[in-house]
Amino acid sequence: MIVNIIGELLKIIIIFSVIMGIVAYMTLMERRFLGFFQLRLGPNRVGPGGLLQPIADGIKLLFKEDMTVLHARSFYFILAPIISFVAVLLCFAVIPFSGTMYITDLSVAVLYLMAISSAGVYGVLLGGWSSNNKYSTLGAYRAAAQMISYEIPMALALAGVLILSGSMSLVDIVNAQKGLWYIVMQPVGFLIFFIAVSAETNRTPFDFLECENELVAGYQTEYSSMKFGMFYMAEYAHILLASCLITVFFLGGWNGPVLPALVWFFAKVFAVFFLFVWIRATYPRLRYDQLMAFSWKFLLPLAFLNLMISAVLVVALH
Amino acid sequence: MAPSLSLFVYTLLVVGTAVAIILLSHFLGKRPLTDEKTIPYECGMDPLDTRKHRFSIKYYIVALLFVIFDVEIVFIYLWAISVRDMGLFGLLEMFIFVGILLVAFVYAWIKGGLTWES
Repeated sequence: MIVNIIGELLKIIIIFSVIMGIVAYMTLMERRFLGFFQLRLGPNRVGPGGLLQPIADGIKLLFKEDMTVLHARSFYFILAPIISFVAVLLCFAVIPFSGTMYITDLSVAVLYLMAISSAGVYGVLLGGWSSNNKYSTLGAYRAAAQMISYEIPMALALAGVLILSGSMSLVDIVNAQKGLWYIVMQPVGFLIFFIAVSAETNRTPFDFLECENELVAGYQTEYSSMKFGMFYMAEYAHILLASCLITVFFLGGWNGPVLPALVWFFAKVFAVFFLFVWIRATYPRLRYDQLMAFSWKFLLPLAFLNLMISAVLVVALH
Repeated sequence: MAPSLSLFVYTLLVVGTAVAIILLSHFLGKRPLTDEKTIPYECGMDPLDTRKHRFSIKYYIVALLFVIFDVEIVFIYLWAISVRDMGLFGLLEMFIFVGILLVAFVYAWIKGGLTWES
């Protein structure tokens, strides 16, 4: 009994540390990949091949001036990065990295994911609103409207997966993909989910959160020190979460021949992450009215159509 | 351990880490600051007003539409995991439900609720 509990505790701590480690090194990976895409080297001076760069960044951020803007609502100003960080990392509680490597296997995991990840909007909105800065406030409103608009197509695309799996538990969903990955049965759902999730994580074609040339970094303008660092970590954790979700829902999770489950899972996650970086290096930013129209007038009807057709086909074939 | 207990422990760990990082940077970071440094950054202009930021009504409409569709997605999820067993009955029921929603959706579209540019 006690051995059991200690084992579980160790598992939780190990999973959390591994996630934080991956998030730290994802920042380095992205910067180096972007460097290669732009025919330059990226950060390669700190440690062998730049491997100690994330640690150096972390230490630097910790010792920076910890400032709060004049007239800012300081409680919310400090609370916002914490909300962002916690909301994203809590989602990892239900991600199954392999058949046994997960923190908990909730029977309503998909609902849990939607609920917790939506709370991340509060971090962005409160961060911008409380900084007493016009650019931050504008950026926060934009980002919040964008995130809630793309959440609906994302959730509807997942409903297509739920029809096929008949269960909301992520472990069951991965087990149901032993034979055929859901990307084959739900290609439209996959595309909708991929687009919506890159809008949720505010990746480049949709990065209205930052808009460095018109909003001077949006809601983050007034943040410095580790408060900025937490937003930064939350952003990369969100990308990791998006890669994990795509792997779990559409790419068969840890399923795969010969190699161990964990290797398969992280290979797929890495491939999806690389795709995100590739897209960031390739596409320019959209216009804001195009972005909103694309979600409401195109993705949402398409997601409904996809859902209904999947339902009819599943019932007809059953 | 029970699933909810693992989740609780993990939540404590995540929240604890977040608070610890903020506290650590608070105590390690340099201070004091000059007053000029804490003025909001507005590309070199002195801020004209404080805390009076109005926002466009369109954000409000988007939020309203979001609430409608988000609540409905909870129903759709519950239906989605059991549609296989419900068969034709469940299918027809969902078509009626989505049909009613589509009426509202088309209404919002015609009224210009989904159009961003004015």
